[in-house]
Amino acid sequence: MSTPKTLFDKVWDAHVIRHVEDGPDVLFIDRHFIHEVTSPVAFLGLEGRGAPVLFPGRTFATADHNTPTLNQHLPVADPLSANQLRALEVNTAKYGISHWGLGHQKNGIVHVIGPENGITLPGMTIVCGDSHTSTHGAFGAIAFGIGTSEVEMVLASQCIMQPKPKKMRITVNGTLSKAVMPKDVILYIIAQISASGATGYFVEYAGEVFRNMSMEGRMTVCNMSIEMGARGGIIAPDQTTLNYLNGREMTPKGEAWDRLVPYWESLSTDEGAEFDVDLTFDAANIEPQITYGTNPGLGTGISRQIPVAEAVKDGAASYKKSLQYMGFAENESMVGKPIDFVFLGSCTNGRIEDFRAFASIVKGHRKADNVTAWLVPGSHVVERQIKEEGILDILTEAGFELRQPGCSACLAMNEDKIPAGKYAVSTSNRNFEGRQGPGARTLLASPLVAAAAAVTGKVTDPREFI
Amino acid sequence: MAYDNFTILRSAAVPMPIENVDTDQIIPARFLKATERKGFGDNLFRDWRYNPDNTPKADFVLNNPTYSANGPARKILVGGKNFGSGSSREHAAWAIYDYGFRCVVSSFFADIFKNNCLNVGILPVTVSHEFADRIFAAIEADPSTELEVNLPEQTITLLATGDSERFAINEYKKHNLLNGYDDIDYLLSMKSEIEAFADTRPF
Repeated sequence: MSTPKTLFDKVWDAHVIRHVEDGPDVLFIDRHFIHEVTSPVAFLGLEGRGAPVLFPGRTFATADHNTPTLNQHLPVADPLSANQLRALEVNTAKYGISHWGLGHQKNGIVHVIGPENGITLPGMTIVCGDSHTSTHGAFGAIAFGIGTSEVEMVLASQCIMQPKPKKMRITVNGTLSKAVMPKDVILYIIAQISASGATGYFVEYAGEVFRNMSMEGRMTVCNMSIEMGARGGIIAPDQTTLNYLNGREMTPKGEAWDRLVPYWESLSTDEGAEFDVDLTFDAANIEPQITYGTNPGLGTGISRQIPVAEAVKDGAASYKKSLQYMGFAENESMVGKPIDFVFLGSCTNGRIEDFRAFASIVKGHRKADNVTAWLVPGSHVVERQIKEEGILDILTEAGFELRQPGCSACLAMNEDKIPAGKYAVSTSNRNFEGRQGPGARTLLASPLVAAAAAVTGKVTDPREFI
Repeated sequence: MAYDNFTILRSAAVPMPIENVDTDQIIPARFLKATERKGFGDNLFRDWRYNPDNTPKADFVLNNPTYSANGPARKILVGGKNFGSGSSREHAAWAIYDYGFRCVVSSFFADIFKNNCLNVGILPVTVSHEFADRIFAAIEADPSTELEVNLPEQTITLLATGDSERFAINEYKKHNLLNGYDDIDYLLSMKSEIEAFADTRPF
């Protein structure tokens, strides 16, 4: 009998073309996503070498990081941003790469549109010049972020050279409590193991909680794997995965689908397969989460207080610098802190389920007067769903407006910047200093927590509404 | 993109004993709008280095004359644990390189950042926590103290005392850095093998 293998091993090993002695593996890449920010220099490099794109049909381009979320029909005002968008258009046309640019009906955040169009499939290797590529691991794919040199590598050769990471399994058993969302599960895990706790590892998420989770929820979890340092996260495909994929525009159809299903069903970790690290958590310990510091590991249950320096894994000096930036102090309670902005969106929480959750709380309430809310769907498909399901009506009635798709205030490359010193409850993935605008202060949370804050104007436990 | 090869580097260092320095700090997103790899060094650590009115922040290490005005430009940056976390933006490595650094030392690097460094010709040297602490202490005691980073021997040494530690790097990447090669040269040489493999993929 062959050695038991992990899900990760099965997918990785199937893509190794060559193992370099005392070096990396040459890994074949099935799907490559590119966007306007991390691709232009890669195309320049390619041009400098006079190399073609080896398999243009395996690369998909979208504009998302640096696009406006209002008036997308008008020319982009910022000349630098406009230039970057034009460069993507020119480069993709030149090399014959599919491009869903600004204004295209399928345009949206790269990690939202890949799955919703069926480009992402189980058993694939997927890369993109964006660290949240880990999102696609929700489908049982090996997906991770790369730098621009590697984008050039994949364009030129459809391969990258990577040492095989170590393996970690994170199991969460039990049933999630009321108002606890997938975002809370991943924020809880990161808070437990720290922002660098999985560096060097590829994480498989296992256990009842993930088995019972929707694909949208699994994407939220895998998305934030990078926030604990992991190269990526992966969840074994199951019936939920197949139900999500079946019939999507670019998923294989008919006989091709039938042929792939048995292969996909074989993609799970064998009994007895070994992990370098195996962690287990209990769902009962997870309440709605919120971050108070300047890395995603500095978060806690919403009903708790900000820990004292001695209780956190980061060094005391770095921790105090972090609290100082946030304008918070040790032992303070999070609930009741006034906030200024709410951001619903991003590749972490910009999908239809996130908008449904947000709407479930704001329904019948009004946006607090002191709050500016930016609600940004992850794609035009999500935007259309919001309208079709009547969610837009609920939002409008409660005093909210819907913007147009893009990465928006998650990284604040466009105009959507939180002003200096202001507090934003954000459903995005990073609370780094200045991430949402110079001097901005970010509290990461789930769409339910964001909604509760939006209607009360302060950090509020969403369980009060449910 | 080709880069200068790396062999032995002797230089004083800039200390940054802060943990979890993420790539948004190394270069904020609003400076990622260029379509060429030029001038990123000007915005290295932009919001830690400059006030909103663009005046330098006196208390930031790159503005401290002790580390910037004495002697030749420093080519080694010594950071705290989990250096380079967060966004995959290679612009962070470009900014560090463009500013003049050729080597970053830390007790712990984020994975993507480390790969990006290696791909642009910056040597990321991972040292033990103890050795990192000794480097910070040595620089504090004498800001002009020099480090030697020897890639062929895979050692990093505090020259004043001879205190030295060996660092790990795989033979393949070492060979690339020593010669200024990149992965694409390697991959293009196996094109037919890649094309044959692609034919076997089910999707």
